[in-house]
Amino acid sequence: MALSGMRGLSVFISDVRNCQNKEQERVRVDKELANIRTRFKNERGLSVYEKKKYVWKILYIYMLGYDVDFGHMETMALISAPKYAEKQVGYIVTSCLLNENHNFLQLVINTVRNDIVGRNETFRCLALTMVGNIGGREFSESLAPDVQKLLMSSSCRPIVRKKAALCMLRLYRKNPDVVNTDGWPECMAHLLNERDLGVLIAVMSLLVALVANTPEAYWNCVPKCVQILERLTRGQDVPQDYTYYGIPSPWLQVKTMRVLQYFPSIEDPSIRKSLLNVLQTILLRTDVVKNINKNNASHAVLFEALSLVMHLDAEKDLMSQCIVLLGKFVCVREPNIRYLGLENMTRMLLVADVVDTIRKYQAQIIASLKDPDNSIRRRSLDLLYAMCDVSNAKNIVEELLQYLTTADFGIREELALKAAILSEKFAPDLSWYVDAVLRLIDKAGDFVSDDIWYRVVQVVTNNDDLQAYAAEKARNYLDKPAVHETMVKVSGYLLGEYSHLLARRPGCSSKEIFHIIKEKISAVTTVTKAILLSACVKVLMHCQPPNQELFEQATATFRRYENSVDAEVQQRAVEFLALSRNGLAMVDIMAEMPKFPERQSALLKKAVDTDGDAPEVSATKLRLQQQNSMALVVADRRPPNGDLHLLSVTEAGASNQYPKHAAVAESQASEVPHSSQSQVHSNGATQQHASGTPHGDLLGDLIGTLAIDAPPAEPTTGPSDSQALEAPPKSPAISAASADSLALVVLDAAPTQVQPLKSVSEWFRELSVKDSGVLYEDPYVQIGLKAEWRNAQGRMVLFFGNKFTAPLRNVRGSVLSPPHIRTRSAVVPETIPPRAQVQVPVDVACIGASRETAVLDFSYNVEYTPVKVQLKLPTLLNKFLQIAPVSANEFVAWWRALGGPPSKIQEVVRGVRPMPLTDMADLFIRLHVGVLPGLDPNVNNIVAATTFYSGTAATLCLVRVETDPLDRTQMRLTVASEVPNTTYELKELMKEQLVDIPSLAQPSRTSASSLAAMGLTAPAAALAGLI
Amino acid sequence: MILSRGPKLCNFLEWRGLKVVYKRYASLYFCMCVDADDNELETLEIIHHFVEILDRYFGNVCELDLIFNFHKAYYILDEVLIAGELQETSKKSVARVIAAQDTLIEHAKEQSNSLSNIIAQATK
Repeated sequence: MALSGMRGLSVFISDVRNCQNKEQERVRVDKELANIRTRFKNERGLSVYEKKKYVWKILYIYMLGYDVDFGHMETMALISAPKYAEKQVGYIVTSCLLNENHNFLQLVINTVRNDIVGRNETFRCLALTMVGNIGGREFSESLAPDVQKLLMSSSCRPIVRKKAALCMLRLYRKNPDVVNTDGWPECMAHLLNERDLGVLIAVMSLLVALVANTPEAYWNCVPKCVQILERLTRGQDVPQDYTYYGIPSPWLQVKTMRVLQYFPSIEDPSIRKSLLNVLQTILLRTDVVKNINKNNASHAVLFEALSLVMHLDAEKDLMSQCIVLLGKFVCVREPNIRYLGLENMTRMLLVADVVDTIRKYQAQIIASLKDPDNSIRRRSLDLLYAMCDVSNAKNIVEELLQYLTTADFGIREELALKAAILSEKFAPDLSWYVDAVLRLIDKAGDFVSDDIWYRVVQVVTNNDDLQAYAAEKARNYLDKPAVHETMVKVSGYLLGEYSHLLARRPGCSSKEIFHIIKEKISAVTTVTKAILLSACVKVLMHCQPPNQELFEQATATFRRYENSVDAEVQQRAVEFLALSRNGLAMVDIMAEMPKFPERQSALLKKAVDTDGDAPEVSATKLRLQQQNSMALVVADRRPPNGDLHLLSVTEAGASNQYPKHAAVAESQASEVPHSSQSQVHSNGATQQHASGTPHGDLLGDLIGTLAIDAPPAEPTTGPSDSQALEAPPKSPAISAASADSLALVVLDAAPTQVQPLKSVSEWFRELSVKDSGVLYEDPYVQIGLKAEWRNAQGRMVLFFGNKFTAPLRNVRGSVLSPPHIRTRSAVVPETIPPRAQVQVPVDVACIGASRETAVLDFSYNVEYTPVKVQLKLPTLLNKFLQIAPVSANEFVAWWRALGGPPSKIQEVVRGVRPMPLTDMADLFIRLHVGVLPGLDPNVNNIVAATTFYSGTAATLCLVRVETDPLDRTQMRLTVASEVPNTTYELKELMKEQLVDIPSLAQPSRTSASSLAAMGLTAPAAALAGLI
Repeated sequence: MILSRGPKLCNFLEWRGLKVVYKRYASLYFCMCVDADDNELETLEIIHHFVEILDRYFGNVCELDLIFNFHKAYYILDEVLIAGELQETSKKSVARVIAAQDTLIEHAKEQSNSLSNIIAQATK
């Protein structure tokens, strides 16, 4: 064995193991690393044996979790060694130490390729294994054909071919283009005839990946897969080696069934029939046995068969067999099976209408909610959530509430949210809903998000017959000695609004209610104080006939907070104090809140957002798809007319489920350009009253923010106006030189008021020297861009993100390209779901040099108003440049050869943003123009070289910049290349970039007005000497 | 996360939208991270399959075997899994390949030994 001889390594491992503590271990490891480092430095003296030993040590240290930042080259050098023993070490350690993103790996591509195409089978295996484990895109591009050849070859032994299949899988995952679809389906079908089960399972893994992406291409594989499955289930023709605890290769069975699940449906009657027969056999014959491994393996097959049955949506009797089985599973003790039973039952709910059958197992499922195993509890919670309906809601919510007190902290918030959603959605009657949620808040206030209590308020407000009931409940809760803050908020609010409905009941007179509220006010946070103050003033108003004693108590309370440190509380106190003296006039201002427009519960959305894992998402999605909440009564829906002011209010309201418009305004102020709405809120309540604003919005202020510093004398000026003024200019003229590079053309901006959050040209400028970033962003949508460039080709991926909580409709995006650039882009979907992001790849090819760029013509609708923008895409000339390494002699030779115009153009550029030469060099490198330091004897000059790729041509371009140390705002720029047009365009591009340096290039520097500094002195003598 | 779980719980753990399938053998834990929709039991048996192969190779494998022969473990793993997918389900054929590989290395070592012997003798 290899280690037997490697004493040094064994000793080192023992040393590390004998360390008493982490500190000792670190010392020992550091010592070893230092030793290895010095030994590697004079590599010549190292024997092969030592090299191997040190490389193994490095891997061991790396495994222990230490950073190893050297030795990679030495490791990779072993790969090119001629002997197997060294090669093997090299390959294994490389695949552990490096990952596909290491640039080093490119250095060995050639060696690896030689091993793959070479004659030596063992070398081939090593190379395929490494590529299969860490091969990246570069490997895909250069190795795919060779690997494919090995896979298909009939002369290779199975051991090579199965590695080739999995290696191909890796390459395909990294770059799906390596499988050019023509011919592959036939090849795969052919490979499925393979008799060697080792090769077959590897091929099947590859097939899973292929079919997952393009099922329609691989129809021809379906009959083969079914045959294989038949063969396996009958146990025909399966060598002893390939049975696992008596089961014919369970893995292959699972994989084959997985492949079949990716086909939309299987229509051919005879194939379908034999497949169903196979599935039937699997379903019937799987039994629970003693041996745990046999059990696991057979159930792995069984569960895969279940998913396949669900996918095929097979005949009713097969489905009902599945349910019976699952029912059995959710009751067993064995935790793995129970876990999977719960999970698959949840999945089954998504595909079939089986709620009634599943309900039989409710008791067992609830029992699992109390299981000691966290994983099982989560599955059970998810299943309960998915199976809940009107008939069992009371029961399930009750269980969830009980579980809440013992549940682990990580899950409580989700649990609370789900309980709240279910209790609203399936409430047999609404008073029960109010009960349930109030109990929820009472039990687990810490885990109840604001959305939950906002929702209670919405429901209560919109249902008149619920209000008295809710108020009474609120009173009872608030009267308790220790109440959770959230409970204080919701109860305080409800009492303020509706306690007058209780006036005649014992203990519910205005005075008593006021007393209960006042009790709490001193011990709560300022946010809650504000709510309670509003409640107080409302209670006071409802006290008819006015009661002097109550009035005095109330004014005393307001006085107490007149000097509150918190502006919000203080303002309310002062205003309420003033209002309460107004007596009856108060009634108008303090009227009951209007009904809320009907809206979907924000909680559902939130449930989707908070879900982390896939099955759960699906369960929550199911809920979203089901009909809307039945709890809400439609009330006072705002007309969706063209009035922009109203529009922004409804939108803001719909996007955010705070119960108060004011709160909406507050939270959205930074996102949505408000008009009238924020105006309303920016003024004091009294002014609003005077100017006769609709009382709905006014009342919103009771809870929302009152902008205390808004000038009371100008009731029509709100922050929104100034915001509009500050909105980014639509077409900022940056400077004379770049006037033609305006990035944004807003065609129809005026009526929509949808403004980009920042200057679009700014984004564009950033992208011109970067490969990823934001292309455009407004309150509703964000477009990000990520690009990869290689010679004359490029691929940009546009990320369209909907920031809004409603789907974005009528989305159109097309890429318009100028004559010198070819683009091909995928289709932009017409609707982008809320909070979702879609990716649209755009392939770019450059055919010639030009300053024009491709343009993205993008539009979408906000409500009924179209938003349309045209965005320049950064397909600039410099993206097709690549830094060219040129030696001094070559440069001089070419420079001389390219005599004068039009091949070599010179221009004195003025108005350059002053910057040190190092910054300028940085900028050049970002533009892919390689600076050649030290080539020009004059330190104030920069020479650079780059290659421009277009079509199949590559043009070497040379650049020289001569600056004047006395006047940094001007320079002489010389560009030379064999193609006059390229020379000209490159010169123009560089001029643009120099005159108008992207702000990110020098974040710290203030922008000295360069235009002012155009005090044109003649180019100094320093500029004179050309090479 | 795995260590905090007691015995007799299920072998699956949900983690950041993925699943961790783990199995404990005495003081050794083996774990694999798979997609949420992968077949968990299948993965669990891949672990067992790997352990059986190790067992067969080392003869009643223990922690120390793996620590001092971590590179063997890697090599065996490479014969079982590539690109995260099962490569060979036959224990025999894995054993065959590994044996062949060991012979190759032994062979190489003998060669170098004999070579150094020759050199040693020649320089005497």
